[in-house]
Amino acid sequence: MSCWETVADYAFRSIGFGERLLPRSDFTICQQATLIGSGMIWNVYFGIVALFSGFVMATALALGKASQSIWVRKPSEWFIFLFRGSPLFIQFFFAYFLFLNLKQAVPIFSPFTSAWLGALVVLFFNTAAYSGEIFYGALLSIPKGDTDAADAYGFSGFKRFRKISWPTMLRLAWPAYTNESIFLFHATTLVFFSGFPAYQQKGDALYYANYFADKTFNPFVPYPILAGYFIILSLVIIGFFGVMNKRLNRHLPQEQRRKLRIRPNLIR
Amino acid sequence: MFSYCTDPEILGQLQWLSCYLTTGKHFSFYGSFVTVLILLAITAPTALAFGFGGASIARSRIGPISWIGKGYIAIVRGVPDIAFFLFFVIALDQAFEFARHKVLCPEWNEPIRQGSDFIVCKAAKLPLGNAPQWIHETYGFFLAVLTFAIVFGAFAANVIFGAMRAVPKAQLETAEAYGMSRRQTFWRILVPQMWVFALPGLSNLWMVLIKATPLLFLLGVEDIVYWARELGSTKNAKFTSYPHGDWRMQYFFFLLVFYLAFTKVSEFVLERIMKRLNHGQATAGGEAQRKAAV
Repeated sequence: MSCWETVADYAFRSIGFGERLLPRSDFTICQQATLIGSGMIWNVYFGIVALFSGFVMATALALGKASQSIWVRKPSEWFIFLFRGSPLFIQFFFAYFLFLNLKQAVPIFSPFTSAWLGALVVLFFNTAAYSGEIFYGALLSIPKGDTDAADAYGFSGFKRFRKISWPTMLRLAWPAYTNESIFLFHATTLVFFSGFPAYQQKGDALYYANYFADKTFNPFVPYPILAGYFIILSLVIIGFFGVMNKRLNRHLPQEQRRKLRIRPNLIR
Repeated sequence: MFSYCTDPEILGQLQWLSCYLTTGKHFSFYGSFVTVLILLAITAPTALAFGFGGASIARSRIGPISWIGKGYIAIVRGVPDIAFFLFFVIALDQAFEFARHKVLCPEWNEPIRQGSDFIVCKAAKLPLGNAPQWIHETYGFFLAVLTFAIVFGAFAANVIFGAMRAVPKAQLETAEAYGMSRRQTFWRILVPQMWVFALPGLSNLWMVLIKATPLLFLLGVEDIVYWARELGSTKNAKFTSYPHGDWRMQYFFFLLVFYLAFTKVSEFVLERIMKRLNHGQATAGGEAQRKAAV
């Protein structure tokens, strides 16, 4: 079987298209690369959806934590503490069993017990909490002169937030937020190891890498392939965030522009 | 455990619970918390040592040596750590067995990798096939600790390498002006001063390490996650005198609370340490303390 046939058979295996049976013996490098690459679809899906939805909630959480009202501030603080203070791995487990119990009481929750929605919700809350804390820190370090100037120009309320505070907050938070989003993509590999079942062996990249390592008892092929995919993914994210960073900083004089410093990868 | 536990079916709710929570399996569950704490107690210093070594090597003036250190730091970037965990446990095991195989069975001439099998001679097996159970468990735990130390050592190396560069250049130049050798400058000037710069990063790392401990489960150690799944799953009256439904949610909720409490306590302690270290230092933190005292 040529490599192209393998690609045709397995490129979309992780979402249920193509050959049903996984290879059982005589594993080729091509098969491993294709299937692990196919699994990356899940990682990218979880990462992108959680990142975009989490961004909105993170802004809300940051504003909530900076709020004067105790009724808004305390819930935001507790939410952030809950998700930053406990391991994501345990959160996945707890959420899965919680959804299992809810499903018995309310049938609406049955899609939540599968990874595409249930794990996504956990990742969404998790990244919202982490980014919320980053945004909160940035919100506090907005230079006082900026808000004073906004007042002087007659900005107030939502308009001041939209035109002055928010862009400055994003600009200050952006390097840390880039790291956070790289973590998030890495964290997606935990999904199928934490209770959420991979129906019909439709798993993510690490699921397949682990499958091959178990079958061949040789970790030196599948894991480096996985590493290669993730390095490429990280570079793409860094590229995308770099473009955004340029845009957020475009009004500043050249020497004040902040370069994006990437220090990714700490587990949660 | 208690005398009234002989027939759990007739007990009241509270008594039933007190009996249920003191079964032998539950003591294994409580014991696994100790496993986690032992893991943290061994891993933290080991990872720090790995990190210190990595950072020192990365600072080397000799190109290839410093590349090794930088490569070690860089290798954990860009790749999910869980992949490293899964990788190292097998890779280390095979590396040890391979080394023992080479030493113990020199006359063996078949290839070690035969298709999908990894075959070493009987004497090289780790742990030996006839070893008691506790050796198997200890060996598994040892592999897990080493894996954690390697991965977190790279993180620590990253932090310490940054801290070493944060020490003001003038300090090192002064040392040179006093005629100190490179080695003396390193041990007497650089190392004592870098800790203040390293501590925020290291304390962050400690938090991350705490939150990475559930991954022990993936490395095949019978840890708290293993027991929570085991004890929480539905228990049939046929096999146990304490039948119950699916309680895994409750058990994992308990783990969640445990980790939150652990994080909170660590936060508190680290804040105290930072305060002490900042005392009298020419940093923003020290400056704030000085102003507050006036």
